[in-house]
Amino acid sequence: MPQIECRNLSLAYENHIVVSDLNFDVNAGEYICIVGENGSGKSTLVRALLGLKSPSSGSIRFGDGLSQNTIGYLPQQSSIQRDFPASVREIVLSGCRSSGFSPIYSKRDHSIANENLERLGISDLAGHCYRELSGGQQQRVLLARCLCAARNLILLDEPTAGLDPTVTAEFYHLIAAINRDGMTVIMVSHDIPASLHYASHILHIARHPLFFGVTADYVKSEIGSHFIEHFHGGDVSV
Amino acid sequence: MFDLLTRMFSYPFLTRALIAGVLISLSAALLGVPLVLKRYAMIGDGLSHVGFGALAIAVAVNAAPLAVAIPIVIVAAFLLLRLTENSAVKGDSAIALISTGSLAIGVMVISASTGMNVDVNSYMFGSILAMSSSDLALSIILSAVVLTLFVIFYHRIFAITFDESFAAATGLHARFYTMLIALLTALTIVIGMRLMGALLISALVIFPPLTSMRVFKSFRSVVISSAILSVCCFTVGMMISYAYSTPTGASVVCVYIAVYLIFALIGAVKGRIK
Repeated sequence: MPQIECRNLSLAYENHIVVSDLNFDVNAGEYICIVGENGSGKSTLVRALLGLKSPSSGSIRFGDGLSQNTIGYLPQQSSIQRDFPASVREIVLSGCRSSGFSPIYSKRDHSIANENLERLGISDLAGHCYRELSGGQQQRVLLARCLCAARNLILLDEPTAGLDPTVTAEFYHLIAAINRDGMTVIMVSHDIPASLHYASHILHIARHPLFFGVTADYVKSEIGSHFIEHFHGGDVSV
Repeated sequence: MFDLLTRMFSYPFLTRALIAGVLISLSAALLGVPLVLKRYAMIGDGLSHVGFGALAIAVAVNAAPLAVAIPIVIVAAFLLLRLTENSAVKGDSAIALISTGSLAIGVMVISASTGMNVDVNSYMFGSILAMSSSDLALSIILSAVVLTLFVIFYHRIFAITFDESFAAATGLHARFYTMLIALLTALTIVIGMRLMGALLISALVIFPPLTSMRVFKSFRSVVISSAILSVCCFTVGMMISYAYSTPTGASVVCVYIAVYLIFALIGAVKGRIK
């Protein structure tokens, strides 16, 4: 069974159906980009995958060692976080939930947090204040927290929004490396060239699912080529 | 200073007010940290005004003040939280609507029943004589509950305050914890408002976290600093109130203002040195 199996999924936002008849599978190790225009239901789909919203019809099933609560989630940054007094370690640890109901983080939680700080190259920032970091560093901190919470799949919601091109490129490299290590990646993205470059599969939605399949087929498809041309003048290398 | 404290403790009503006040102040400061960080600080202000209206009605119908005020303020807390979460209704103006509305109703009820007199003044700005021994018992229970829950749920409160959607995605019932904080804030405000005054009680919620945030940069240090500040500032405020016969609530808030300015200065100097 795939890690996530969506069948005939319909999602509503404030009683309006935003996406219907959605069918797709996510298998271990894949890198899926969800693309589509603003208001096409991408965020609603993310909330449904996380269990924060129930589908109006159809089903989302989890398998292959994945359960809904072990999806690592990287949300878009909120305005609250910008001046929040918190150390990097406090934030990364908040992704660790292996201790269940205990009010104290276990040794295991601390070692998971340290491992992920190390993995993203931000160990030296552990004692720093989150609000004093650069945008790219903040995003790495949130990614480390996301990895602490993830068993085998991470879900990223426009992770490079607001980052400069160099930092964005570094961030994509990081995600690609994490994906090569066996982590399934689902990313909502506006960045079409990067999606085509890195993703193994593309899900294009706009009320109805317009395309789901491997990236190479997407580029050749009518909707794919049209979308790429429309947004980027066709100047895309895969 | 010791002499002053010993003299204060020789009056049972002052001892009661000091102990109850310190405990209420501590609870308010702890709850204030997530409230301020989540931009819900206005809820504290709204609740105190609703509490004022509720107390006025209780006095008018000759009922026990807390028996009337506690349920009304708890209902208001849930209502205000919904309004704040639902951006379509424009949360901050809705809070202003409810708080000025309840203030007006309270004043009308008081003037119709007893006439505008000293009572109104003591409701609005607090009275040191207001704390009975049952109020003291209530504040001990309340602060014990707040402290226990805060310690047990500390990491969850952090996770939800910092990032509600991430916390919810890992399976935390974010709404439940926010409701719990709102409920405890409602209780703290109702119990503390006759001592501090309806117009001043929300200072206990807002000042400690905002002051601490000027200097401290991790969640834990902000929480600890808020707790220490709340106890110290309240005690100093009461001593000033006793020594110079000033109103308690206003004295405490003035101490908070002074400490805030000092912390802001320290924060600015620290930032400069870096």
